[in-house]
Amino acid sequence: MDMRDAAGRWDALGSRDSSSRHAAMELIHQEVMKRIETMGPIPDPQSSSPPAMDDSLSSDLNALLAHVLMLSKRCPYEDIRKKCTCLLQKVQDVGVRIPRPVGNGPSRFIPEKEILQVSKLDKRIQSIFEDAFAVLGRLDNISLVMGFHPQYLENFLKTQHYLLQMDGPLSLHCRHYIGIMAAARHQCTYLVNLHVNDFLQVGGDPKWLNGLEEAPQKLQALGELNKILAHRPWLLTKEHIERLLKAEEHSWSLAELIHVVVLLTLYHSLASFTFGCGINPDIHTDGGHTFRPPSLSGYCACDIANGNGALEEMFGNQQVSELSGEVEVLMEKMKQLQECHDEEEASQEEMATRFEREKTESMLVVTSEDEECVPSRDVSRHFEDPSYGYKDFYRRGEHVPTLRVQDYSWEDHGFSLVNRLYPDFGQLLDEKFQIAYNLTYNTMATHQGVDTSMLRRAIWNYIHCMFGIRYDDYDYGEINQLLDRGFKVYIKTMVRTPEKITKRMYDSFWRQFKHSEKVHVNLLLMEARMQAELLYALRAITRYMT
Amino acid sequence: MEKLTRVSTISGRTMFCHLDAPANAISVCRDATQVVVAGRNIFKIYGLEEDGFVERLNLRVGRKPSLNFSCADVMWHQMEENLLATAATNGAVVTWNLARPCRNKQEQLFTEHKRTVNKVCFHPTEVNMLLSGSQDGFMKCFDLRKKESVSTFSGQSESVRDVQFSIKDYFTFAASFENGNVQLWDIRRPDRYERMFTAHTGPVFCCDWHPEDRGWLATGGRDKMVKVWDMSTSRVKEIYCVQTIASVARVKWRPERRYHLATCSMMVDHNIYVWDVRRPFIPFATFEEHKDVTTGIVWRHQHDPYFLLSGSKDSTLYQHMFKDASRPVDRANPEGLCFGLFGDLAFAAKESLMSAPPSVGDVGRKTYPGGDRRYPIFFFKKPDVTEQFEQVSSALSVFESEAGSSVGMDWFINTAQSYLLSGKPFGELCEHNAQVAKRLNRPQESTTWTMLRIMFSEPANPSLSSNHNLNKSGNLPLVNRKLKEWIKDVFLCAENEETEGSEGQAEYLFGDAELDDDDLYSMEHDNQAEEPEYLLPQEAFPLRHEIIDHPSAPEPVQERPESPHVSGSETESTCLTSTESFSLISVSQLLFSPHLPPKFFCPIVKEMLCYYAEQGDVQMAVSVLIVLGDRIRKEIDELTQEHWYMSYIDLLQRFELWNVSNEVIKLSTCGAIMCLNQTSTTLHINCSNCKRPMSNKGWICDRCHQCASVCAVCHHVVKGLFVWCQGCSHGGHLEHVMEWLKHSKHCPAGCGHLCEYT
Repeated sequence: MDMRDAAGRWDALGSRDSSSRHAAMELIHQEVMKRIETMGPIPDPQSSSPPAMDDSLSSDLNALLAHVLMLSKRCPYEDIRKKCTCLLQKVQDVGVRIPRPVGNGPSRFIPEKEILQVSKLDKRIQSIFEDAFAVLGRLDNISLVMGFHPQYLENFLKTQHYLLQMDGPLSLHCRHYIGIMAAARHQCTYLVNLHVNDFLQVGGDPKWLNGLEEAPQKLQALGELNKILAHRPWLLTKEHIERLLKAEEHSWSLAELIHVVVLLTLYHSLASFTFGCGINPDIHTDGGHTFRPPSLSGYCACDIANGNGALEEMFGNQQVSELSGEVEVLMEKMKQLQECHDEEEASQEEMATRFEREKTESMLVVTSEDEECVPSRDVSRHFEDPSYGYKDFYRRGEHVPTLRVQDYSWEDHGFSLVNRLYPDFGQLLDEKFQIAYNLTYNTMATHQGVDTSMLRRAIWNYIHCMFGIRYDDYDYGEINQLLDRGFKVYIKTMVRTPEKITKRMYDSFWRQFKHSEKVHVNLLLMEARMQAELLYALRAITRYMT
Repeated sequence: MEKLTRVSTISGRTMFCHLDAPANAISVCRDATQVVVAGRNIFKIYGLEEDGFVERLNLRVGRKPSLNFSCADVMWHQMEENLLATAATNGAVVTWNLARPCRNKQEQLFTEHKRTVNKVCFHPTEVNMLLSGSQDGFMKCFDLRKKESVSTFSGQSESVRDVQFSIKDYFTFAASFENGNVQLWDIRRPDRYERMFTAHTGPVFCCDWHPEDRGWLATGGRDKMVKVWDMSTSRVKEIYCVQTIASVARVKWRPERRYHLATCSMMVDHNIYVWDVRRPFIPFATFEEHKDVTTGIVWRHQHDPYFLLSGSKDSTLYQHMFKDASRPVDRANPEGLCFGLFGDLAFAAKESLMSAPPSVGDVGRKTYPGGDRRYPIFFFKKPDVTEQFEQVSSALSVFESEAGSSVGMDWFINTAQSYLLSGKPFGELCEHNAQVAKRLNRPQESTTWTMLRIMFSEPANPSLSSNHNLNKSGNLPLVNRKLKEWIKDVFLCAENEETEGSEGQAEYLFGDAELDDDDLYSMEHDNQAEEPEYLLPQEAFPLRHEIIDHPSAPEPVQERPESPHVSGSETESTCLTSTESFSLISVSQLLFSPHLPPKFFCPIVKEMLCYYAEQGDVQMAVSVLIVLGDRIRKEIDELTQEHWYMSYIDLLQRFELWNVSNEVIKLSTCGAIMCLNQTSTTLHINCSNCKRPMSNKGWICDRCHQCASVCAVCHHVVKGLFVWCQGCSHGGHLEHVMEWLKHSKHCPAGCGHLCEYT
């Protein structure tokens, strides 16, 4: 089957015109049936080994069926979902094995029933999803989880669309490839798979996917930048930038470089988000579905891990009742801090020490439970030097230099640079940061009407602190008051080594808070991290330019 | 009187001194003898001497470094010469009294702001009044005799970037905000602002009141603009706007020069510009000394326009003399020259220069004196001391090219429109294009096309066509003649090329012909059966490709004994070709030379393409490139091809030959070119009912739930060609609207809009 042809067929499903959706669906139906016919007589269900001769044919069909399965669950249009379910049923009746989704729901951490059901959406989110579906031809799990915060999601999708599909200095397949490079740095299989598909679809050279060595030299040169940005952005100097910009025929232009930097930082932080929320593989990608019939044991194992089993729920309730009061304590602290702000005025050096203390503390190793797992070959081939990570340097006790935000801030400096070299994009990023930073529903767990700005600021500044970015006008003592140890561990892991996030960590912070609030925290983390990386990258570029 | 003596005492030169650390802000004391420099790690007072800066005082005292010293802004009191105020990055507002006897000159500390304080400002006439604006969105007014602020003004949670007391109005101050707004406040009314307007998109970094004109406020923002607002009327009016090249960090009116102001930027650009707001295109003067961004600028004395002080991130403090400033106007090119699309030439220059003998080849010359209408207005004004501009009036001449002259570009358009680039077999394309070129009186191009056809078309095609002829008419002599002509042609061409392989060429052609006859007989029959369809490219191209794909053709020696046998059994025509070829080969005496593949000509063709491109006839180069397609593409490197394509497409678009340009894009094989017509394909439309943007894909507007694309004439939904007015969003079927607008000027929907159809 021609790749482009297939893409065209799925595309039509995103149309808002129901009749053209019907027509497209009809085509797919025919296609599936045709394939089943060409597969020949249905093998006897008793004989377990399918005829080996049409291996490629059957894998083709399976891919098709997996896509149909995805549509039956995730398409924002009800008619398509129904039709897809019917189609699958029909296929099964003919005797072909049909896939079923592995795991339940878009996230491993969040029970499926908590997440928005595609079938029950309010108007606004429905329209956002429809847009996303029309553009991407799918509704990925990230969007579903972000669906908790429609305001942000809308902006996020817009930015992503602009970054990946609209006019820009980089060619389409390069953009996806850079996304893959960035996600691979954190071994985020989910994002890598997602973009490998996109990369191939926009006509990328499959050879590149064998590893960075196979990609053009120009892209290879980005390896270093990718590595530094992901793990120690403060080490980025103008020499790095110069090396990229002055490499004769392999050199990048400034506008391209800005685009690259934005892509890299976005995908580093998106990898954080993916791990932080335990995003499951999309249904139609590898690992998102299985053709194995559900066995009893398999069912148990995966569902308990998903927090969907009844047993787990019981435990959960117990825990909650034990730990009630956590939120109240936090709120009390916030109130105290607000009140006593004027009374106890810490001396300046005290403030400085507090910042340094947070910074060094944030450098300490957080997890010793699992030893560094060597990244699987599959993903690590997209970057060089897989061993380069955080661990290397905080053991050596590296000192992170301090960047005063007053000297280089996003609002004053970063924005101007981005907008100058990549018009309009500064505006989009600016909006995204602002929405993430200012997003609030004035609730905390079950409490209404709470001013959470202090908490949000503490989280934001804590992450920036981890990157050595200091706000002169912030008392870093507040962080210690507001963020408890478990939460800090979670933040640190998420920002530094997101691949090590476990469900236990996710569960163990802020136990009483709602999942939507935890996702909110994740959004904050993601944006704060992105801004921090971006600031260092842009500062290096500015220094190069001056 | 006092003022005059003060001014006269100032003297100096352009000079600088090194600071130990980057400066964030500077301020001068009233008598212009001292300047204070404040930054994160510096807080010093320098004396301004005749021949340099002299450090007078270091205000950073004490062992422990305090963030209170980390200054975002500093201001020297203009009434009380011992009083200074700083805004600290940690949110503190500090006042300093130089008259204090001890080393620590800190007088008062206000820590009421929660976030960084961006700006402090003393009242110009009230000694004890200090205003501050902070990141936390509040402005506070302090009375220096009290320990706390006397009033707080809330900017509604948006960060304050600058606050400035009005110089003329005692109670008024202006505040600029991060969200682009500027607010005017009355110091007596802290509950709400008097006025608010949106000045910029994005943060407004600075504002400055005009020292003399009451109600003039200059603002500078991240959107790279400096705007001057007139507040004296009931509606705030933008009266001047200067577009700079980087975000504007500071703006300061120049003393004694009503229309001048100085600006510096926050990013990338290190220069200080002095603008005349009435001439917003070129800076009046530029100071280019700094090597990193300038952070603070201040005029040395409030009545002296000739000295400017500036501090920078590059850790230097400069005094700039106005006479040493560079004047970009002097370097600007006073003449302009531009070629029009159709060979016209426009030339603008100072009138004095233009008065030279106007006889030089003025073909249909038209002169438009005084190209810019605005300058004469200034010209007649009473001479003004502050007006330092050379009065220039320019003349604009347009030289029109004669119709049909060589400069004209008609041939380009004609050629572009008539050339065929695809859709027919190769030979026919070449022939067609050759004829087009001939018709347009371009023999060289015409010959080129003909030769290309001969070089690259396989004999299969001509022989095929002759076969057709034969089969239809049965006229053998005609075929014979045709073939002979053709052969002559080949030889002619070979002679023209002056290549050594001329005989070999003939040999090749015939050897190949035999091969084709053998291989393609069955096909030939097919083609004869469906001759009309043969013209379609779908049919023609595969056929040709099959022929090309026989590079490893068997040696003619082995072939020959068989060929008469096979062909003889088929048709007479093949026999004819074979015998003809035998005779010719014997003439050429190169019986056993190997095949000459079409590749043989590639270097020549490549050279020829480059020649055309060099000559400026990129049209020819691209057209040949497209028509030859795979035959030549690999010979020319991608970048050159891309370059040619780009130039040709650019030219086509200038001539508004959109269809041709799109065809070229479509037919190109460079990735970079092909994606040209796949970007920016989004069309934003408004719903014709509710006039709001349609966000939906499809026919229904999701706001008013009606079908948006209804024909205003026949009231049916339009599917297909839809034309609509960009003014009122109404439209309909193309033919209906055309019909309607023939006899009516108004919109068919009855909305009263005068639609235009062009």
